[in-house]
Amino acid sequence: MSSNVRFTDFKSDKQPTWCPGCGDFGTMNGMMKALANTGNSPDDTFVVAGIGCSGKIGTYMRSYALHGVHGRALPVGTGVKLANPDLEVMVAGGDGDGYSIGVGHFIHAVRRNIDITYVVMDNRIYGLTKGQASPTSRSDFETATTPEGSKQPPVNPLALALSAGGSFIAQSFSSHAQRHTEIIEEAIEHDGFSLVNTFSPCVTFNDVDTYDYFRDSLVDLGGDDADYDPSDREQAKDKILDSEKEYMGVLYQDDDVQSYEQAHGVEGNMADIDTDGAPDGAMDLVREFY
Amino acid sequence: MHEDLNWAIGGEAGDGIDSTGKIFAQALSRAGRHVFTSKDFASRIRGGYTAYKVRTSVDKVRSVVDRLDILIALTERTVDENLDELHDGSVIIYDGERTEFSDFEAPDDVTGLDVPLKSLAEDAGGAIMRNIVALGAVCEVAGFPIENLDESLEKKFGGKGEKIVENNKEAARLGADYVTEEFDLAFDFDLETTDNDYVLLNGDEAIGMGAIAAGCKFYAGYPITPATDVMTYLKGRIENFGGHVVQAEDELAAINMALGAARAGARSMTATSGPGIDLMTETFGLVATSETPLVITNVMRSGPSTGMPTKQEQGDLNQMLYGGHGEIPRFVLAPTTVAECFWKTIEAFNLAEKYQTPVYLTADLAMAVTEQTFDPETFDMDAVEIDRGKVVDEDDISKWQNEKDQFKPHAVTADGVSPRAFPGTEGGVHMSTGLEHDELGRRTEDVDVRVEQVDKRQQKVTTAEEEEDFSYREFGNPDSDNLVISWGSNEGTLIEAMDYLDQEDVDVRLLSVPYIFPRPDLTEDVEEAEDVVVVECNATGQFADLVEHDTLTRVKRVNKYNGVQFKADELAEDIQEELA
Repeated sequence: MSSNVRFTDFKSDKQPTWCPGCGDFGTMNGMMKALANTGNSPDDTFVVAGIGCSGKIGTYMRSYALHGVHGRALPVGTGVKLANPDLEVMVAGGDGDGYSIGVGHFIHAVRRNIDITYVVMDNRIYGLTKGQASPTSRSDFETATTPEGSKQPPVNPLALALSAGGSFIAQSFSSHAQRHTEIIEEAIEHDGFSLVNTFSPCVTFNDVDTYDYFRDSLVDLGGDDADYDPSDREQAKDKILDSEKEYMGVLYQDDDVQSYEQAHGVEGNMADIDTDGAPDGAMDLVREFY
Repeated sequence: MHEDLNWAIGGEAGDGIDSTGKIFAQALSRAGRHVFTSKDFASRIRGGYTAYKVRTSVDKVRSVVDRLDILIALTERTVDENLDELHDGSVIIYDGERTEFSDFEAPDDVTGLDVPLKSLAEDAGGAIMRNIVALGAVCEVAGFPIENLDESLEKKFGGKGEKIVENNKEAARLGADYVTEEFDLAFDFDLETTDNDYVLLNGDEAIGMGAIAAGCKFYAGYPITPATDVMTYLKGRIENFGGHVVQAEDELAAINMALGAARAGARSMTATSGPGIDLMTETFGLVATSETPLVITNVMRSGPSTGMPTKQEQGDLNQMLYGGHGEIPRFVLAPTTVAECFWKTIEAFNLAEKYQTPVYLTADLAMAVTEQTFDPETFDMDAVEIDRGKVVDEDDISKWQNEKDQFKPHAVTADGVSPRAFPGTEGGVHMSTGLEHDELGRRTEDVDVRVEQVDKRQQKVTTAEEEEDFSYREFGNPDSDNLVISWGSNEGTLIEAMDYLDQEDVDVRLLSVPYIFPRPDLTEDVEEAEDVVVVECNATGQFADLVEHDTLTRVKRVNKYNGVQFKADELAEDIQEELA
């Protein structure tokens, strides 16, 4: 990894087609800055995304990338990371992509604890399909598909992650550029699966979960004068299940659990294979059937 | 006398039927005899009828037959299930303490040997060994020296300690001695042993072994009958070669993980059965359009929906050929024997990487769970060739960059194949997407670029048809007017069926086709023949449809879709009927 990589090196020459003012701009900028600040280069970084506004990120960033199918970005990231653990693997998704169609993969990625960073651009609405309720929409939020509100409680991704044994659970806000970058840096540096649920307001379809709302209501657990200890699981649980307030920062971090790669001894680059023929010792495989 | 011996053990699932059968099959194989095994099993863990059948001969055996010479019947139902296959001279070994012989509806000329399996097993150290007592009895009846079991018992029980191994050897001896001492019977079985050196394996295992031989290092799958053995085989072995197996949360995750690993540069595979293919089809399109090399194994079972999970069928051909929305270039390979499962797996990896496409590799249940003997040299690892296709490194990457030094992963080339840069390659940074894209991999709706990229992907098929040898295997009389065409596991049965046809003075030319797409052009073969019969295990004749499509000629069809594989004599009759 070269040390002179600047965050703009992670920028592609494609102009985003996100709506002016979209939270995804800030979310992506933080991702690029955090990657550069932690010493990664585009050549050694792999970004995976699913479908939706968030899914476009691979086009706007410059790195090895795959823009996959809806909800399945985490399994792709899992395969990339295991095949070449030297790569920095970052997976991006939206609240629909990650917590609706992909929620099964989410839980299993968390419990596997593979060393990838998962940034979810949570705007609590389906933007690209023009404004339907998402799994994180408030129960009384009225949309074209929920004219009287969904009357279902929203998914709490942090609680899901905690209950699945998550080892790094964070929440961020795209508009707080510096804090957002710091949180993603911590996520990248965490040795295991890192969830960063990032509030990334949709200025077109969501007039409830707005920049102003998050700016006024989010309580930052990090920062200079905070005395929050993210290794305290009970405390994290209280914050995550707090129905009165929403928090940003690293809510929970467990540095003692092994990553999947460590636990399974996965370390080599699987792209390297012997092109002369079958690997050494392959004939022993035949002899086993004697 | 009976050089070709058919033996079975039957009982309830959970009775240890499989391991007992395998011990005997391995012993026969090690004794230099050819073996062909088949399994009759139900989709449940305990209870339900299960049988393991072993056919053995000094000559090569390629199919199951309708004859049972020796049967270990642990339950009454075992006899009922196999009634049609018992004949004059068959022997049934049973435990009179569990089942009365009078309970069996067995034919009069069948000999029943009441062997106190359970109490003899207890004498040897535990009732659990009653199947081994029965195996000892079988050895005595069949004239197969009991010492031949020893190595199999050591292999099976060695992990549990020397004491357990010794107890099992003792159990087998007690069974053999009991037959010698208690019955004054002369059986005309005499299982000759030879110096031949064989290995015994099934299609799933051959696929797994082929994958490792091909340099596959990543496997993700979700358990499903009858494909699970591929994962079971790889787990614990692929790690020794620097690889890894992930048991994914579902088939969607499995194929996406495999896709991710392939994009990272690994030779990567997933395996499933029909219902899993349905779930993977979403990502199949992404694999194809992102031009990612991936091997997807489909071990077919009876469908549709959950169908009959433990029964034979070849009903997914259309699914593999046409599954997925839009138009998707792909390869579909269908090995025709257990040995071909090994070689076609290697070929599948080479095709996947050479042409940067998904490759379906399909076996059917009958081949996947059927163990057969082979010379070890059949799996000659020195003959394995690896072709990774157009992989570019730092040194030659500039040839594939545009004026802004951007790498072109979907560069339009004459052969339709673009350069491939593994992540980590300096200068190779690029994205891939399921959206239509330009040469750089970036989304486009430009009408010309769309056509260019579709044509480019299709060109790979044309190139492969020119460069590869998508041929068939040929058997029988090359000059016969009767042409029989088959695909998948029916080849072995057809080869044996030709012996039956020969007795009726019917000769045939058999073409066994291991390539579904692209496939050999059979037009000339079909035109030269008077009668053409396509044999397959499905109801509608999916391969026959393709032959008609390609050759513009109507063909006759022999189809079986009751969940049971063809038997040689039955198939001979069916073919003869069609030829008449």
